[in-house]
Amino acid sequence: MELELTSDQEFFAETTTKFLEDKAPAVELRALRDDPVGFGRDYWRQGAELGWTSLVVSEDDGGGSISGNGVADLALVGFQFGRHAAPGPLVPNNVVAGALSRSGTAEQKGAYLPGILAGELLATWCLAEPRPHDRLGDVGVEAVPSGDGFVLSGTKLPVESADQSQLLLVAARTPQGLTQLLVPGDAPGVTTALMNGVDLTRRFSSVAFDGVEVPASAVLGEPGGAGADVERQLQLALVIELAEMVGAMDIALEITIEWSFNRYSFGRPLASYQELKHRFADMKMWLEASHALADVAARSVQDGADDADEMVSAAKAYIGAQGPELMHDCIQMHGGIGVTFDHDLHLYLRRVVLGSHLHGTVADHRERLTAILQKRENS
Amino acid sequence: MSVESVEEFRQRARAFLKENMPRATRDPGSFARGILSDEEELADVQRNRDLQRLLFDGGLAGICFPKAYGGQGLTTAHAAAFNEEIVGYQYPDRIQVPTFAPCASVLLEFGSEEQKLAHIPAILKGEEIWMQFLSEPSGGSDVAGAQTTAVRDGDEWVLNGSKIWTTGAWWSDWGLCLARTNWDVPKHRGLSVFMLKIHQPGIEVHRIEMLNGSKEFCQEFISDVRIPDGDRIGQVDDGWTVGIRWMFYEKSFALSSLTIRPSGDNAGGGGSNALLDLARAGGRLDDPLARDQIGEAHALTLATRALAGRITKAMATGKISDQAAGLTRVMGGMLQTRLATIEFELAGSAGVAWAPDDQQSAGYGMGFLVRQASCIGGGTTEMSRNVVSERVLGMPRERTLDRDVPFRDVPKGPTAK
Repeated sequence: MELELTSDQEFFAETTTKFLEDKAPAVELRALRDDPVGFGRDYWRQGAELGWTSLVVSEDDGGGSISGNGVADLALVGFQFGRHAAPGPLVPNNVVAGALSRSGTAEQKGAYLPGILAGELLATWCLAEPRPHDRLGDVGVEAVPSGDGFVLSGTKLPVESADQSQLLLVAARTPQGLTQLLVPGDAPGVTTALMNGVDLTRRFSSVAFDGVEVPASAVLGEPGGAGADVERQLQLALVIELAEMVGAMDIALEITIEWSFNRYSFGRPLASYQELKHRFADMKMWLEASHALADVAARSVQDGADDADEMVSAAKAYIGAQGPELMHDCIQMHGGIGVTFDHDLHLYLRRVVLGSHLHGTVADHRERLTAILQKRENS
Repeated sequence: MSVESVEEFRQRARAFLKENMPRATRDPGSFARGILSDEEELADVQRNRDLQRLLFDGGLAGICFPKAYGGQGLTTAHAAAFNEEIVGYQYPDRIQVPTFAPCASVLLEFGSEEQKLAHIPAILKGEEIWMQFLSEPSGGSDVAGAQTTAVRDGDEWVLNGSKIWTTGAWWSDWGLCLARTNWDVPKHRGLSVFMLKIHQPGIEVHRIEMLNGSKEFCQEFISDVRIPDGDRIGQVDDGWTVGIRWMFYEKSFALSSLTIRPSGDNAGGGGSNALLDLARAGGRLDDPLARDQIGEAHALTLATRALAGRITKAMATGKISDQAAGLTRVMGGMLQTRLATIEFELAGSAGVAWAPDDQQSAGYGMGFLVRQASCIGGGTTEMSRNVVSERVLGMPRERTLDRDVPFRDVPKGPTAK
């Protein structure tokens, strides 16, 4: 998290923090364990009132940031989500809201944005696919031209809260190239199937499109022209996810340091053993480097900088690898209690591990970095 | 007179560099520069002195040093702008550490007016290269356990002892020297700091050969060297007050506004691009494993840079203890060892057996052998981990047997006197 916040940002972050402390305490998260949705609709509506879904939507479209820097503001929410392992489809709703605000027609905005901004309507982004198209950015789902529109076929997974979403933003291949389509969740031919996963409250589904008819008016932007939008959406998704991961790492290390002072063995606190002190020093280093990279990435995405793709992938490649290591070390420091369901550590572990494999694995992002270096070398 | 704005300064620096500064060549990587012959090394030192003089004559040396001592009297923002403008140019890379940080930094904070006037302008002109006379053969990490002794004799001090791990003492001019002036008080309370002309009777400089064949490190044997009291920095027996800041400047050189640090890789991609070259040379640029390692190295490089930025900012605003510089020291060590490993892996069998004229592969092989140097030199990463856990996280201090005991009575190993 950024070291310097504006007073408005501080107030905003505090409001969300208090709300999450109140509505999403650990006991509540555990109660949602077997809930097929993973969050309450009232909770989400109230969060939307706090601004959770409006930060990257322009003021003209009914949104607005806190600081003039909506991506950073959203990262603050993400950070607090991580620190509380909070429920709710924060990533997909912001990705779709931002995309609509940036590239949607007046009709498209009018149909969906007010609902998303109010937390009444849920939206999600369908990008990732099963094998053999499971590498980052590989799109196999096809939209075949038919009349004025397209017929959409194929499978997307994992898609967050797909079964709860009234709007699906689908990345598909068309003869014109990569295209994004706005598909109602209840359109004929759309089938969602709930998956199981590591997080206690965040739910993912597979979404099958079986000859789904999509009118031309449902294309977001131009047919074949979605490359830049998809990249931008990916960057935003990663910024939010990385902020969440850093938030979860932040609270986990805090809890573990406190534990190391209070837990005694052989008449000494754990914090007095040099072997453990050195590991805490490393964890602090990983955490601070993760904060730093996540912030650099958020800034570059906010500015639309030329190196935003590089910074976001570097952040994901580093935090995606080091984050789970930090979490497992925190567990190791706790000993047996650290691997129990009753202890809170696993709530944060789940969030970090989830983030490490969504929107590209560490390996995907290392590959992307190498490709970026090569591209720059040739330019 | 109005202060030059950052933007005006940037334009001036840009124009000067474009006109006068030689371009940097693509660096083959952290360890692949090969071992220089003595002639090559001396030529490179001279190149550093010349580049420093060029900056001085162009009004760009010592951006954050006061004008009274030949600096520019500008702000850290100006220094940051310069670090952006110097990207792609040669600069006096070899003398940033330890001449500017920690040596000149210590001089600026603790030196007398006379001492500063005598030395800082000379440093800024490239006329004086400084080294640290800090570590001793009897102990590396425990610097306050120094046994080199200075005994007062009228207006002079007589020094005896030995210092070690001074980089390039054989071609350097001055040493910042930590010496024991009182053996009858606990170790931190009997130290004083002196400055010492390296090439003078009584100082014998011995070059140490490292396992990779490098002879850049030296050991000095100091016998009855007399120096004037005017060359003492700080108070008698209060050298640890200076020493604490000295260590701080040493650990945080990468964060210092008194050093030049190109803000990107110095030759447009630098280290990471060199990895592409290396993989390409071995026909492995399409190998997913090689690509994974290149991506990992680049992410780690950017993480290290981002961490330095964050810690600098946090220290400047008092949000974190100055001791957090230890985080950047450990991170730097981790980065360099990982890069050396990745380079070695990418080099394949050429990293262990190379053609006689293949300097680059030799560098990767030898670089891997000497890899741990980056976690040892400048204070081990273990010491920094102690500092971070104790001073940043507030964990209990390690137990020591040398507190509140006269230094004379502290247990010492059989090789020490």
